[in-house]
Amino acid sequence: MTTSPTGLRRTARAPLTFGQRLNRADQKYSPYLYVAPFFLLFALIGLFPLVYTFVVSLNDWDLLRGSGDWIGFQNYVTELTGPGFWNSLRNTFGIFLLSAIPQLIGATFIAAVLDQNLRAQSFWRLSVLLPYIVTPVAVALIFSSLFSEQYGLVNNVLANFGIDPVLWKHDTFAGQFAIATMVNWRWTGYNALILLAAMQAVPTELYESASLDGAGRVRRFFSITLPSIRPTFVFVIITATIGGLQIFTEPKLFDATSAVPGGAYHQYETTTLYIWNLAFNQDHFGRASAVAFMLLIIIVLIGLVNYAITRSIATGETKSAKKRLGRYRTAERAVTPSAVQIRQER
Amino acid sequence: MTTATAPRRANPVPRRHGIRGQKPGWLTYTILAIWFTVSAYPLWWSFVAGSSDTTVLTSKFPPLIPGGKFLENASEVFATIDFWKALGNSVIVAGAITVSVLFFSTLAGYAFAKLRFRGRNGLLLFVILTLAIPTQLGIIPLFILMKQFGWTGSLGAIIVPTLVTAFGVFFMRQYLVDVIPDELIEAARMDGANQIRTFWHVGVPAARPAMAVLGLFTFMTAWTDYLWPLIVAGSNPTLQVALSQLQSAKYVNYTIVLAGAVLATIPLLILFFFAGRLLVSGIMAGAVKG
Repeated sequence: MTTSPTGLRRTARAPLTFGQRLNRADQKYSPYLYVAPFFLLFALIGLFPLVYTFVVSLNDWDLLRGSGDWIGFQNYVTELTGPGFWNSLRNTFGIFLLSAIPQLIGATFIAAVLDQNLRAQSFWRLSVLLPYIVTPVAVALIFSSLFSEQYGLVNNVLANFGIDPVLWKHDTFAGQFAIATMVNWRWTGYNALILLAAMQAVPTELYESASLDGAGRVRRFFSITLPSIRPTFVFVIITATIGGLQIFTEPKLFDATSAVPGGAYHQYETTTLYIWNLAFNQDHFGRASAVAFMLLIIIVLIGLVNYAITRSIATGETKSAKKRLGRYRTAERAVTPSAVQIRQER
Repeated sequence: MTTATAPRRANPVPRRHGIRGQKPGWLTYTILAIWFTVSAYPLWWSFVAGSSDTTVLTSKFPPLIPGGKFLENASEVFATIDFWKALGNSVIVAGAITVSVLFFSTLAGYAFAKLRFRGRNGLLLFVILTLAIPTQLGIIPLFILMKQFGWTGSLGAIIVPTLVTAFGVFFMRQYLVDVIPDELIEAARMDGANQIRTFWHVGVPAARPAMAVLGLFTFMTAWTDYLWPLIVAGSNPTLQVALSQLQSAKYVNYTIVLAGAVLATIPLLILFFFAGRLLVSGIMAGAVKG
């Protein structure tokens, strides 16, 4: 397996011709030329704004006067001692819990149902994905009508059972529940497909030998399926977290008649909505940047914790010598597949 | 043990296990049918309500039959917002973002997957780390910059912040690293092809399936985005921004709003009809690869 002798001899002897040198430079430097546009653009439109958010947060910035005065960490003090930021964090986590937990349970359940030898398999898979193609704005409008307090279909139906109208747009829990419902409706099927893919990667022999040992359906689900899809499960949780902490559209559009975004009492004002309101309604760019920067740190911290957990799961698995899981590269998965980017945008 | 359902996925092992060995019974299909109803009804509701007059809003049970007033309500939508202009804007914005993301991602992903250069692993690690960072939180400085450049109100301002994504580069890299054999690149080089020719004649053709998936999801993401266009669009709204303006009044007429929601969903329903399977396989492949 030697390279052609002529080629070898030429490089060894005579000085390189211009063409050869050009070719060498091409082989050596072209890769940088290919990755450079991405890094330049990403630095400019992705990273620089994040760093600059911190700079803006140290100023008394508004649109008319521009950068205003350098006030150090005053914006952070204002936000950390005021009620708005904490309220928005509480709401964000409340909505996040109300959406993440039912979503995961529902997605796992539907994935398990889909993970069978179904008739019209691709129809059922498509059907669970249907809500995903309805844009968040349309989702918010549709559910805003369904959850109308006076003429909403949900309250109308509840009235048949003698239940008083629920104040979806004024009560804190009801409002957060309604917003979580929109998120769940759009994303459960999507997550079910991710989990389904993981379930299908579980070797059939495992189920067969478990059946021979007399394990029933439920038993097989809990002791084979669930442990096997754990890495994907963690991945779904992480993406749900990154997306869930940035919910904006649903609370923004839930109640058009409310003068205050996020409800009359700010009862479902998420942090992203709070940032938007501070900056673009109240012209407090400095304070809004401070909140954005704190949210960034929170999300990155949660990401790191997730990463640590995922890694420990990965090492735990190699120890317990599960060969069937060898193909998963858990640690990488913590920050990978397709849903990360897609979910961030909601 | 061949199954009736053709295994479209890469792994040809026949699968009939699930959590049970035997064929699924009526319970399975009942559950799936209920789930389908839950998934589809809100959309159907918006069509039923969007094609009726306001009396539909007082119905005591979920109405199932559309009314005959859809065109009437739709013309009300067209009178309230500039629907066609917004639709055109969305096509331009999502299209431009998709082309740009595909181009830069394929180029960089190919280099990361198949070319050797100093610092490759370090740079790739950097790309992976940035995946977990929500760049969406940089909107305030981005807005300040757009304002200073005088770009607000132009489509360019909506497009520029998502010209490249770290995810796109990583996705293409993961795909290409397995799919192109190193020998093929080596052979092209032996034949005297320079780097860019090798990329064009070996890399791009091999990347096509992944480009289709990445393009589809990039388009969807750009199409559904609301926060950033809301901030910079001004008098040049995308479809999502225009749609949200339907209910920005003190009194909200939901039959009109829902007719608008239906109109705005039609393009994606068409996309779903033609590319739904690609979406499904893209989501499922994204999870398996990693």
